[in-house]
Amino acid sequence: MKRAGFTTRWLPILLLLPQLLIIAVFFYWPAVHAVQSSFFLQDPFGFGSSFVGLDNYRDLAGSGEYIKIARFTLLFTVLVTFFSLGLALLLAVKADNVIRGARSYRTLLMWVYAVAPPVAGFIGLLMFNQSWGPLTEMARAIGWDFKLGVNFNDTATAMVIVSVWKQVPVNFIFFLSGLQSIPKSVREAALIDNRSAVGRFWDVTFPLLAPTGFFLLIINITYALFDTFGIIDTLVKGEPGNNPMTLVYKVYVDGFRGNDLGGSSAQSVVLMVLVLALTVFQFRLIERRIHYT
Amino acid sequence: MKAFKITTAAAAFALMANASFAATEISWWHAMGGALGDTVNQLAEDFNASQSDYKITPVFKGTYEEALTAGIAAFRAGEQPNVLQVFDAGAATVIGAKGATVPVQDLLVDNGADFDINDYISGVRYFYADSDGKMIGMPFNSSSPIMYYNVQALEKAGVTAPKTWEEFQTVTAPALKDAGYTALSQSHLPWIFTENFMSRHDLPFATNDNGYEGAEGTKILVNNDAIKNHFTAVTDWQKNGYFEWFGTGWGDNQTPFEEGKVAIWLGSSGSFGGLAKKGLPFDFSATYLPYWEAVTTEPKQTFIGGASLFAMAGKSPEENKATAAFFEFLTKPETQYFWHQETGYVPITEAAYEMAKADGHYDRAPAAETGILQLSLPAGENTKGYRMGFYVQIRDVMNREYGRILTGETSVEDAFANIEEEANGLLARFAKTQN
Repeated sequence: MKRAGFTTRWLPILLLLPQLLIIAVFFYWPAVHAVQSSFFLQDPFGFGSSFVGLDNYRDLAGSGEYIKIARFTLLFTVLVTFFSLGLALLLAVKADNVIRGARSYRTLLMWVYAVAPPVAGFIGLLMFNQSWGPLTEMARAIGWDFKLGVNFNDTATAMVIVSVWKQVPVNFIFFLSGLQSIPKSVREAALIDNRSAVGRFWDVTFPLLAPTGFFLLIINITYALFDTFGIIDTLVKGEPGNNPMTLVYKVYVDGFRGNDLGGSSAQSVVLMVLVLALTVFQFRLIERRIHYT
Repeated sequence: MKAFKITTAAAAFALMANASFAATEISWWHAMGGALGDTVNQLAEDFNASQSDYKITPVFKGTYEEALTAGIAAFRAGEQPNVLQVFDAGAATVIGAKGATVPVQDLLVDNGADFDINDYISGVRYFYADSDGKMIGMPFNSSSPIMYYNVQALEKAGVTAPKTWEEFQTVTAPALKDAGYTALSQSHLPWIFTENFMSRHDLPFATNDNGYEGAEGTKILVNNDAIKNHFTAVTDWQKNGYFEWFGTGWGDNQTPFEEGKVAIWLGSSGSFGGLAKKGLPFDFSATYLPYWEAVTTEPKQTFIGGASLFAMAGKSPEENKATAAFFEFLTKPETQYFWHQETGYVPITEAAYEMAKADGHYDRAPAAETGILQLSLPAGENTKGYRMGFYVQIRDVMNREYGRILTGETSVEDAFANIEEEANGLLARFAKTQN
C-alpha cells in the first residue's frame, strides 16, 4: 500500500495546533492545577494556604466514608452498565425482527435519548414521590415500603432505575445499527447451520456485534461514573444526607458545597488516575479479543 | 433655525444632567427564590425609587451554597458583587477570610450612618460579629426554628402545645396518636435538633467560645449526654409512632404537616409567610421550641438561622457609599416591617419590632411573633452563636449520621462518636487554610 505523507514538517503541526491548544487549555492546564492544589489546604477566598504534602490523600485513604462511597460507585457502575447494555441489546434484537411498523417502534424506543439527566432525575422524583409516586405505590402493592430519600437501598434502587432508563435508548440506537450492518448473507448461512435462534445469536450475531458492544461498554462506564451526576443531584435534592452518592458527586459536595478545595482536588486526581487505569485496561485486555470486520 | 438651536441646547443640557446625576450602580447576589425572591426584588425597587443617587440590582444565584460558591469564585476573579448574601453555616468561611469583606459596622460608620449594635434585637446582634463584638455581616433574613401545630388536631386530642419534651412524650404525643395523627416531624436535624438544641439548653457547642476566638484549636462539643439522650428519645418516639422522619429534604418533612397527617412540625419562623399564604385546610399556630426539663429548668433563646449580607471588599468608595446607603435603607423600621410581614423572617431591629407591635400585626397573627419572642428570651453564655469552618460539610456529616440513626443503620452512640471525629478533622483542616 502506498503511504500518503506531508512533504514539510511544519504543516501537520500547524494543522494539529488548534486541537492541541484546546486540549491543553481545557484539559491539561486544569488537570495540572488540580494536582497542584491537592497538595494544599487553601482558604476558599484565596487568602491563606498551607502546604500539606500528601495529607489530603492520606485523609481520603483513612476515611471509611470515602471507601464506602468508592464501593457504592463500583456497584452502581456495574449495575447501570450491565442493565443498560442488556436491556438495550434485548430491545434492539426484538426491534430488528419487527417488520410491520418498525419505524414507529424504533422512534418510540429512542425517545428518551433527548432527555437531559437532571430532567430524568426530576421525572424519577415524580415517579418515586414519597406520598403519591406511581412507582412507590407499585412497590407498596408488592409489600415493599419504598422510601426515596429515607432508605439508602431504596434511593440507590431509584438511582439505578432512572440512570438505566435514561441510557437504554442511546445503546439501543447503536445496537440496532450494529445489527443492521451484519450482512444478510452471513445470517442466511447461519440459518442453515443452526436452527436455534438463541444459538445463532450467541455464535454469530453477538461476536459480530462485539465492536459496537466494546465501544458502548466504555461509553456506559463513563456515563455511570460521570454523567449520572445530574440524576443523583436531583434525586437527593442537593442534600446527600444518608443517601448514596458516587465519587464524582462527592467531589462536587466537598468542593462546591463545602469549599474544601484541597480535599476536593485530591479526589479529582484519584478519579483521573482511576479513569486512566480503566481505559488502559480496556484497550489492552478487552479490545485484543475483539474482531473488527 | 432658532427652534433647532433650542432643541440642541436642551439636548446638551439633558446629556450633562445625566452625566452629573448618573446613579452609582451596585449589585446584590442572593439565594432567595420563589416568593422570597419577589420580595427581594420589591425591596430593591423600593430602594431605587426612594432616592436617585444609587441603583441596586439583585441577582438570584441559586441555593445558599451555590450563592456562596459563586461569590467566592467571583471574588477570586475580581468580579465580586457589592453585596453577597451568606447563610449561617457559611459565616465562618466568609468572616475568616479577612480582606474579603468590609465589616458592615466600619462601612456604616465610615459613611456617616448612625450605628449602634444595641438597636438590633439581642438574638441577632452577635451571630455575624467577630470576637470583639464588631458586626461583620448585616443580619438580613433572620429566622429561628419554632414549633408549628395544627390547632384542630390538638383540640381533637384534647391537649395543648407541649412546653417540654417530657410533656410531649408523656402527654401530647400519646393523645395525638390516639386521635389518629403522627405527632411530630421536623425539617432540619442539624439546625433544629443540634445547633438550637445547644442554645436552648445553654450548652457549649464548641471550644474557643463556640469557635468565635478563632479557628485554631476549635473542637466541636457535640458528643454529650444531653443530646445523645435526646436522639435516643427521638428513636423511641419513632418506634412508638410519635415521630416520623421523611428524609433530609426540607419540604418532604413539611408536606405531611400541610396534609394534616402530622400534627406538630418544627420548622423555620421564616416559613410562616408561606404557610399563611397556602390556605391550609386547618388553623395553625406556633410556639417556642420545647426543651428538656431534665437538662435545664431555665431554657434560653435560640440562634438565628437564615442569612446575612456582606459588603465585599475591593470596591470604590462611591460604590461602598451606595452599599452603606442600601444597608441603612434595609434596617429602617418600615423596610424591616414590610419584610417581616411578607416573609415571616424576624424584624432585626427593636424599632421595627415596636412598629409591628404598634400596628397590631401580632393581634392579627399572634403566631407571627413567636420567632422574635424566642430570639428575645434570656441569653446564656452559649447562645450568641457559633463559628466553625467547613461547617457545611459538618452539617452534611450530621445529616448522614442522623439519617443512619433513624433508619436503624447505626446506634446513637456510634453516630455521635463519628460526628465528633469527622467534624474535628474538618475543623483542624479548616484551621490550616487560615494561615
